[in-house]
Amino acid sequence: MTAAVIVFPGSNCDRDVAVSLEAALGHAPIMAWHGDSTLPDVDLIVVPGGFSYGDYLRSGAMAANSPIMREVIARANGGTPVLGICNGFQVLTECGLLPGVLMRNASLKFVCRDVDLRVERADTVFTSQYTKDQVIRIPVAHHDGNYFTDPETHKALEDNGQVAFRYCAADGSITDDANPNGSLANIAGILNTAGNVLGMMPHPERLADPLLGGLDGAPMFSALAEAIAA
Amino acid sequence: MKARIHITLKNGVLDPQGKAIHHSLEGLGFDGVNDVRQGKFIEIELTDGDKVAAEAKVAEMCEQLLANTVIEDFSVEIDG
Repeated sequence: MTAAVIVFPGSNCDRDVAVSLEAALGHAPIMAWHGDSTLPDVDLIVVPGGFSYGDYLRSGAMAANSPIMREVIARANGGTPVLGICNGFQVLTECGLLPGVLMRNASLKFVCRDVDLRVERADTVFTSQYTKDQVIRIPVAHHDGNYFTDPETHKALEDNGQVAFRYCAADGSITDDANPNGSLANIAGILNTAGNVLGMMPHPERLADPLLGGLDGAPMFSALAEAIAA
Repeated sequence: MKARIHITLKNGVLDPQGKAIHHSLEGLGFDGVNDVRQGKFIEIELTDGDKVAAEAKVAEMCEQLLANTVIEDFSVEIDG
C-alpha cells in the first residue's frame, strides 16, 4: 500500500498532502517528478494543489501534457485511484480524465476560506468514511474554481451520480450564497464514471490535523488508506 | 511564415473578465459599448512550407494544447 504524489514545478500543496497521507498510511508517499515518464507500482496517486507551470496558458494545461501524466492516465484507466486536489483537479480536467473545466471565479477574486460541503457520494474509495448528505468543512484557496460544462455533460454527471461534493450552506442546503466561485450546480468535486478518479477544488489536507483547527479532511485519507490496504 | 491564432470563449459561456472590462470602460466615460468579450491572441513562427498543411498543424496544436474546446473556439490565420 504505497501512494505517489505528483510534483510539478509550481506545486505547493505536495508536502501538505504527503503529511496527510503519511499520517493515514503509516509511511511516506513516493514523490514523483513531472518530468519522469515512469512511475513505480503504487496503489494511489495524488495530483496536488498549487500553480503548476505558473498557471500559464490555462490552469493545469501545461501539467496535463507533462511526461508523468501519460503514466497517470494509463494507471487511472487501469483502475488505480487518482485524487486531484485544486490545481490537481484542473490538471485532471485538462488531461481528459474528468469532464468539464475550471474557469475563473465568477467574482474574479481569489477565494481563500473554509467552506461547507455536502457529501453527495459516500460509497467511493475516497469518501467511505463520510455519510451521504453529511456537511463537512474544508478550505478552498483558488482563483479558477468555477466548474463549467455543457448541459449534456452536466446531465450525464447528475444521472450517473458523478458529483461527489457540492458547496452548501451550514444546514446542507444548496444555495447561491454558499457557492464561492460560481460553479455550475454548486459542484465542488466530481468522479469519473468508473469512480476511481476524484477531482475536487477544496483542500482536505488543510483540515486533517488538530493543529490546523479541524479534522474534516482526515476521513478522506483514512478511507483511502483502508481501501488500498484491503 | 507566421500563424496568428485567436482564442475566444464560446457563445453562452459567461465571461466575468469581459464584464469587468466593460464596466471599467463605462467608468472611464466611453459610451456606446454594448458588450466586451476577452480572449487570447497567440503568434507562432513556423518553418516556411505548405500553407494548408501548416493551417492543419496549427489547428491540431489548438485542439491539443492552445485552446480548451469545452469552453473556447479558435481561429487560425497563416501569413506567409
